[in-house]
Amino acid sequence: MRDVSLGQYYAVSSPVHRLDPRFKMFAVLVVMVATFFITSFFVFGVAFIFIITVSLIARLPLLKVFRSLRAIFILMLFSLILTMIFSSGQYGEVVLWSWRRINIYISAMLNAGMLASRLVLLMLTPTILTLTTTPIELTDALESILKPLTLLKVPVYVFALIMSIALRMVPTLFEETDKIISAQKARCADFESANLFRRAKSLGSILIPLFISSFRRADELADALDSRCFNGGKRTRLKKLKFEIRDLVSLIIVLAFLFLVLLLRYNWWSFYWIIQLNNVVI
Amino acid sequence: MPITVKNISYTFSPKTPYEKKALDDISLTIEDGEFFGIIGHTGSGKSTLVSHFNALTRVQTGEIVIDEFVLGKKKIKKRELRNLRARVGHVFQFPEYQLFADSVLADVSFGPKNLRLPKDEIYNRAKEAIELVGLDFEAIKDRSPFELSGGQKRRVAIAGVLAMKPKILILDEPTSGLDPQGKIEILELVQKIRRDACKIVIMISHNMDEVASVADRIAVLNKGKLATILPPKELFRSRNLLQKFNISMPEASSLANELADKGYKIDRGVVTVEELVEEIKRLMRNEE
Ligand SMILES: Nc1ncnc2c1ncn2[C@@H]1O[C@H](COP(=O)(O)OP(=O)(O)OP(=O)(O)O)[C@@H](O)[C@H]1O
Ligand SMILES: [Mg+2]
Repeated sequence: MRDVSLGQYYAVSSPVHRLDPRFKMFAVLVVMVATFFITSFFVFGVAFIFIITVSLIARLPLLKVFRSLRAIFILMLFSLILTMIFSSGQYGEVVLWSWRRINIYISAMLNAGMLASRLVLLMLTPTILTLTTTPIELTDALESILKPLTLLKVPVYVFALIMSIALRMVPTLFEETDKIISAQKARCADFESANLFRRAKSLGSILIPLFISSFRRADELADALDSRCFNGGKRTRLKKLKFEIRDLVSLIIVLAFLFLVLLLRYNWWSFYWIIQLNNVVI
Repeated sequence: MPITVKNISYTFSPKTPYEKKALDDISLTIEDGEFFGIIGHTGSGKSTLVSHFNALTRVQTGEIVIDEFVLGKKKIKKRELRNLRARVGHVFQFPEYQLFADSVLADVSFGPKNLRLPKDEIYNRAKEAIELVGLDFEAIKDRSPFELSGGQKRRVAIAGVLAMKPKILILDEPTSGLDPQGKIEILELVQKIRRDACKIVIMISHNMDEVASVADRIAVLNKGKLATILPPKELFRSRNLLQKFNISMPEASSLANELADKGYKIDRGVVTVEELVEEIKRLMRNEE
């Protein structure tokens, strides 16, 4: 149950875990933007090594990081197949393989490969964020990022409070569900019955108590907020977000990564080694 | 021996950072006709242990034998599972939170219905159970369970389990959250159930006075381990055991102990108020 409350959070202590969540969000954004500028497999390789290094520094089991790819597996398969089938190849390119009206070109396969690599990177990067940052930290970061909106009279604090209450209630709700399911199971409720009517009835025996207790909780919480004179004002917090040296160091690393990707793509100063590299590897 | 627990251990979320060993190598037997109390600090594994008895928790290591049911690592068949859960009733903590139907009768009938009994049998059992918990069947059967008082709700919830006619009844802190009068009434109900309906009653409690007054034997769990099993008199007499596991005494026991410390010749094994009164009367007679 506890895993639910923490989202995907993988609780170990590492430099990456300790980074300022606002910075981590920013870094994820930078890396994701950078992936769109990658056009060669060599640079994709560099990016993968970068991601894997970060995961290792964060002491995450690689298997867990890569497991997130299961979510986009179908999407990836489809886009791969479609790209391969519908690409028309470069001018004058020989057909690698053809069947009926479908022609497969080498360039199409390369394109598909790029696409797949990009999707994988786009999936892995935020996964590292969610594995190393608790949802609470994320809301705090979001609140801090959205703070300027208070000037426009947007009640950011209230939204942040709603969000943290929701997060706070998720595990409670799961625990409650667990208890109610057990209790109805003890009365031989049949959740797998072939008889639909019976199954619906069993489902009701969970949902109804769950609804009732959620409303009761919400009511109690509202009363508690009221009786402590909550009026949507600013709250103080236990853990102040602070930008520290390690955040600065990481910022430099991430920006360097972005710079490298852009350099390899645009080669502003016409470095010879980049030209060579682009000739050797596609 | 209707319940035999052999070397049960249980770990929540094994092989993750949240791994938590809740039960550690527990062995015990509960005899027919016994009222078995379980005490221990919060988080000591009491609820986890009893949830094994009707297979709500899968056995990880060890084995539990309840009558003809053998609960081990092997998955138990669906039909057998239903029979087991009919045999072992389980009243959870705050059972009134599980009420869901639109009438008391429908809620109490939920269990027997799931046992696929014939219609009139379901009705009879529901009636019997509601009467057993001391409610007026005709007056209450069509009311919504949500408009009842706290104590009534709890009775209805208990009736919902009793309607399956379990031979063994597990109660997880049946009196928690009730007012003193409600506590006394539920405790009386539990004793009545033990007398009239169920062969074995297993009760988890935080209240030493309650367990001491009803249990034949009390198991003390401490951090997932079985610390000891003793009849209440012996348990509350052995002060170093209580100290070691940081268990408080029933009120009557602590008063008796204080008197004994002051030099009165009173039995330290007194656990209930009635016994204490008797002892003090005896003492006064001797003084005269
Ligand atoms: N679903 C769960 N997931 C993870 N850990 C759990 C879960 N349920 C219980 N635990 C842990 O297992 C241990 C034993 O829990 P259990 O509920 O059996 O204790 P208990 O003796 O019944 O406590 P209480 O007196 O508070 O009811 C506790 O440390 C608890 O944190
Ligand atoms: Mg418990």
